[in-house]
Amino acid sequence: MANKQLPVGSFLEIDATQLQVLIDTLRASGYRTIGPRIADGAIVYADLTSTDQLPVGYIDRQDGGLYRLEKSDGAGFFDYVVGPYSLKNFLFPPRETLLESIRKNGTWQMTPPEIDPTPLAVIGVRSCDLRALAIQDKVFLGGPYVDPGYKARREKLFLVAVNCRRASATCFCHSMNTGPAVNGEFDLALTEVNGRFVIEIGSSAGAGAMAGIDWVPAPARVVEESRAISDKLKDQMHERDQVPYSQQTGTRQRHMDTTDIHDLLLNNLEHPRWAEVAERCLACANCTSVCPTCFCASVEDVSDLSGDNVRRERAWDSCFTMEHSYTNTGTVRKTTASRYRQWLTHKLATWSDQFGTSGCVGCGRCITWCPVAIDLTEEVAAIRGDQS
Amino acid sequence: MSTLLDSPLIDNPWVANSAQIVDVRPEVPGVSTYDLVFDNRDVAEGYRFEPGQFNMLYLPGFGESAISISSDPSRHGVLSHTVRVAGNVTQSLARRKVGDRIGVRGPFGSNWPVDACRGRDVVIACGGIGLAPLRPAIYEILNHREDYGRVILLYGSRTRDGLLYTSEYDGWRAKDMDLEVTVDIGDANWKGHVGVVPQLFYRHRLQAERTTVMSCGPEIMMRFVVFEALARKIRPENIFVSMERNMSCAMGFCGHCQIGPYFVCKDGPVFDYRQAQPFFNLEDF
Repeated sequence: MANKQLPVGSFLEIDATQLQVLIDTLRASGYRTIGPRIADGAIVYADLTSTDQLPVGYIDRQDGGLYRLEKSDGAGFFDYVVGPYSLKNFLFPPRETLLESIRKNGTWQMTPPEIDPTPLAVIGVRSCDLRALAIQDKVFLGGPYVDPGYKARREKLFLVAVNCRRASATCFCHSMNTGPAVNGEFDLALTEVNGRFVIEIGSSAGAGAMAGIDWVPAPARVVEESRAISDKLKDQMHERDQVPYSQQTGTRQRHMDTTDIHDLLLNNLEHPRWAEVAERCLACANCTSVCPTCFCASVEDVSDLSGDNVRRERAWDSCFTMEHSYTNTGTVRKTTASRYRQWLTHKLATWSDQFGTSGCVGCGRCITWCPVAIDLTEEVAAIRGDQS
Repeated sequence: MSTLLDSPLIDNPWVANSAQIVDVRPEVPGVSTYDLVFDNRDVAEGYRFEPGQFNMLYLPGFGESAISISSDPSRHGVLSHTVRVAGNVTQSLARRKVGDRIGVRGPFGSNWPVDACRGRDVVIACGGIGLAPLRPAIYEILNHREDYGRVILLYGSRTRDGLLYTSEYDGWRAKDMDLEVTVDIGDANWKGHVGVVPQLFYRHRLQAERTTVMSCGPEIMMRFVVFEALARKIRPENIFVSMERNMSCAMGFCGHCQIGPYFVCKDGPVFDYRQAQPFFNLEDF
């Protein structure tokens, strides 16, 4: 198709084979291109060169403390939902050097490291993760200080979002108003319809990436069909709201009542439920590791034996650790109960005081990856008193 | 309020500026004051801070420590930091000598409302090393003494050995600041007050509607200072406390210094009591 500039907001249609051309185009433009691939029994983001590497036909079964991949009879490219990785793994890496200091003649030369200039393209980003990205943008870019590493990586990011066609049992994006339909900043958004892809152009960079791809304008009927997939999924998810957990049979379908959740949690800091969940919680920090918005980190110096060459490194940390609230007059949060309370009240209540939105996007990862299947939607309901 | 971004420093807020230790003055056991001058001329001459703000002092190989600036804000070029040895970084700092260099990031944090309380009476109530972050406020106020009403310092320490800056008290009194000093535990030679700092409130009759209270010290001391202030009908918006939590970044990124919705590094360390009250007495929070 001709290289005319496609307006943002236009809809195209492509054959599934053209997805390979998109990957090739991005790689030829210098992007490190990552997408969903199976590793160790889970779907993670990894380097992508060929559509053969995509987990076509796989779906995931998720529940509290459970993640299983199954090959379905279908051939959907993206019918699984989110795995343990999110964009956080790439924009806010688990370990990063902040400063390099070299001592010469008693003087310290302190310089920031070179930032890797390779831009990143991600294929397969879901709506919940797009919203999580916007939330982390507020943390690292929206305050009085800007994190230069995050900013550099964020400015060069190319996002190919995907509209989910199904939800797992732990998804509750509908409760958090973060999905299932993609809404947010993206370059291209794909919806798989009848074995072909409907693509929404989200930016001029996205439009540019379509050069060399064999596309046709998507007829209104097809655009309508793609929208209907998201609408129907949303309605299905909202049907869960009608059924309290105590009345559900089979795998619990998550939802969360967020009415007045800020005041609900902050007015219940002495609720007995905190002690109760603490009896189950291992303070293992899995939830904070997989959460796409958690940003707590610790900073430490790493040096060679001479002490003349020092790297200052930032690494992911968690409010569940004993060290997190350490002060020289004593650790503030000594009990698991106080730490679980800190995590939940921050995520669902004080986060909105700090950043204007909830910290939770309803992706369900903390439920799936908790070894003892703690479910924050259940904890909130218990505090609300809905629990039977 | 000046921030790191106003300072003529590099645009990467993680990068420390090299500064030389030009003086080390032992104050009380375990506490010394370090005077620092930035190596970079522009930074040294352009650096400004408000009373109550802090720097992150960086000892490469050990880490950073958040230390309040304790010198006069109108004295440019040299920055004083009164430091108590409390962990690896401050122990490493205690081994430095005049001429050694360390890294400095800052200034960070909110400040004492020295401007806002012009025309009012000011009560500064602090304990132990808590006098250090308030000393810049004292200097600012006494440098413009005619702009303020009564100025009262209520200060105490566990024992007389812990009293900071004793050589300056007479000079402060000479500038028309009432100064009450107390110790928790007296000895045979101590002729002053014995008791905790909040009890010093009983020695003054305050006019609530024109009084601002600024307090820094152990949390339990601040709790009772606030109690005494509220009991005298001083309103929460006129009571200021300084909170302390460990910090890794001082910029609201690492999450360690949070108390409820507040980041002590950027919303504090100075809070007015309306902000602090819901979380002030909460255990384990």
